[in-house]
Amino acid sequence: MTHFLNTYLPNVVANWEGDNGFVVAIQQTLYMTFVSAIFAGVIGIILGILLVVTTEDGITPHKVFYTTLDKLVNLFRSIPFIILLAVIGPFTKLIVGQTIGPTGALVPLVIGTAPFFARQVQLALVEVDQGVIEAAEAMGLSPIQIIFRVYLKEGLPELIRSGTLTTISLIGLTAMAGAVGGGGLGNMAISVGYQRFENDVTIVSMLLILVLVFVIQGLGDFAVRKLEH
Amino acid sequence: MVEKNGIVQLKNIDVTFHNEGKTIEAVKDVSINVQKGDVFGVIGYSGAGKSTLVRVINLLQKPTAGEVIVNDQKLTELSAKDLRKARKNIGMIFQHFNLMRSLTVFGNVAFPLRDSKLSKQARKDKVNNLLELVGLSDRANNYPSQLSGGQKQRVAIARALASDPEILISDEATSALDPKTTTEILSLLGRLNKELGITIVIITHEMDAIKQICNRVAVMEEGKLIEEGDLLTIFANPKKKLTKDFVNTSTQISNVLDEVKESGIIDSISGHLVELNFMGDVTNEPIIIELYKKFNIEANILFSNIERLQGTTVGIMLFDLEGEQNKIDKAIQYLTDLKINVKEIDLKESEGK
Repeated sequence: MTHFLNTYLPNVVANWEGDNGFVVAIQQTLYMTFVSAIFAGVIGIILGILLVVTTEDGITPHKVFYTTLDKLVNLFRSIPFIILLAVIGPFTKLIVGQTIGPTGALVPLVIGTAPFFARQVQLALVEVDQGVIEAAEAMGLSPIQIIFRVYLKEGLPELIRSGTLTTISLIGLTAMAGAVGGGGLGNMAISVGYQRFENDVTIVSMLLILVLVFVIQGLGDFAVRKLEH
Repeated sequence: MVEKNGIVQLKNIDVTFHNEGKTIEAVKDVSINVQKGDVFGVIGYSGAGKSTLVRVINLLQKPTAGEVIVNDQKLTELSAKDLRKARKNIGMIFQHFNLMRSLTVFGNVAFPLRDSKLSKQARKDKVNNLLELVGLSDRANNYPSQLSGGQKQRVAIARALASDPEILISDEATSALDPKTTTEILSLLGRLNKELGITIVIITHEMDAIKQICNRVAVMEEGKLIEEGDLLTIFANPKKKLTKDFVNTSTQISNVLDEVKESGIIDSISGHLVELNFMGDVTNEPIIIELYKKFNIEANILFSNIERLQGTTVGIMLFDLEGEQNKIDKAIQYLTDLKINVKEIDLKESEGK
């Protein structure tokens, strides 16, 4: 086994441990993915709900609020991520105190992901049967109760589906953030594997990212299957 | 006619929609007064505004003008919070059931009880009692997707009853069901009305549904209320054309008349064709024999439909009367004296058109 690794993946073995090694890179990728997924998830759900309830046929329509939020979400979704990374540098520094490293990548990752997820949440929740919402209103539920007991409950399988999709695209963004100083497997693949012509490092980085994607997709599918009736 | 204030009073309701510059008057100056214990039917074709009207009762649809008074409370003047409280007293069932997919049958029925002060056990008992009432005790742990349409509507009924409402609104609740299931659901509603004393407002486009359980009927056309009264009066003596159409489709007399015209029987009919409408004790009179004995007139029955509505017999018959003209006139007078509504039908003329 060791012989096999040393023969075919010499650079991977050489780069496995240490401050810039694979172990650290894997931890950094997981850290960037999950911490930004949590923040982007919460922000996205809140914005998505606000979009659904304030729309014209929503339970608390508010035209000005809806239009403004709708435009903002579109605006942030339109900025290419690689440019966003650079543009919000000062803001990032203000919030987390640094612009490089995995923590420095968190702010752009959250800002790049939350609007996308908000749109996904909106799409998931408008799919909730309007008749059920009406029934809940007829039962005397307040808007807050309708959000928690009907929208989030009935829309849960669809929300998990969107959450899975968003997390996977977030992993893609962490790789990009990594390339410009965020660390993680993206950084490993580009600055070690690609730039030093250590192809085995690039390939193993990619495979590790794929494993992460498949695991998340699998978990998401499993949860949806459990929840759907 | 002076009516006492009912449990549901809609006064001069207007509902106007503005859509892309177009103004649609869905409901125009409609007033209804539903008494406690009534099963009040609103009938009309789709687009007549009946669904909009009934949604005004619990203010799911805010009226453009008019007053909504339920249980002596002016709903149109309540705060959002008080309105939600008032809505708990008005159960509602829908054409497409509107159950939560993510909850079991038990969960759906327990849904309105989330904020009740009942203990956990009391809540459980209540849900089980409701499921028993609608005959679905064995389905408590199923999800709605595993139920038939009729069963889903039963769950919806149990859910609507969970908050002990005094009023139940049925918005086309049987329109998506087959005829047999429709009858079952309607008889369940009728039973709830009798056993629990719950006031029911149903809207439908089927006269048969109205006939089965309502004691009062309102007919709507193009946003207006065109005729209203108790079931027997409306059924035996409809005044407006639309009401007559609904009654006719229900008794099927119009089909029979069409058949008589097409089949050629018409040429062999020598005498007078008359339509008789009657209700109550008249049905005990042996009128065919009397007609023969008194006036020497042979009455040939072409069609007859007799049914019990609200415990009263209501009948409609089509007679071909043969005999001398002056005797026929006397016979019609005799029938009229018996409080039978007689209408002469001239098929030949209408055929010539």
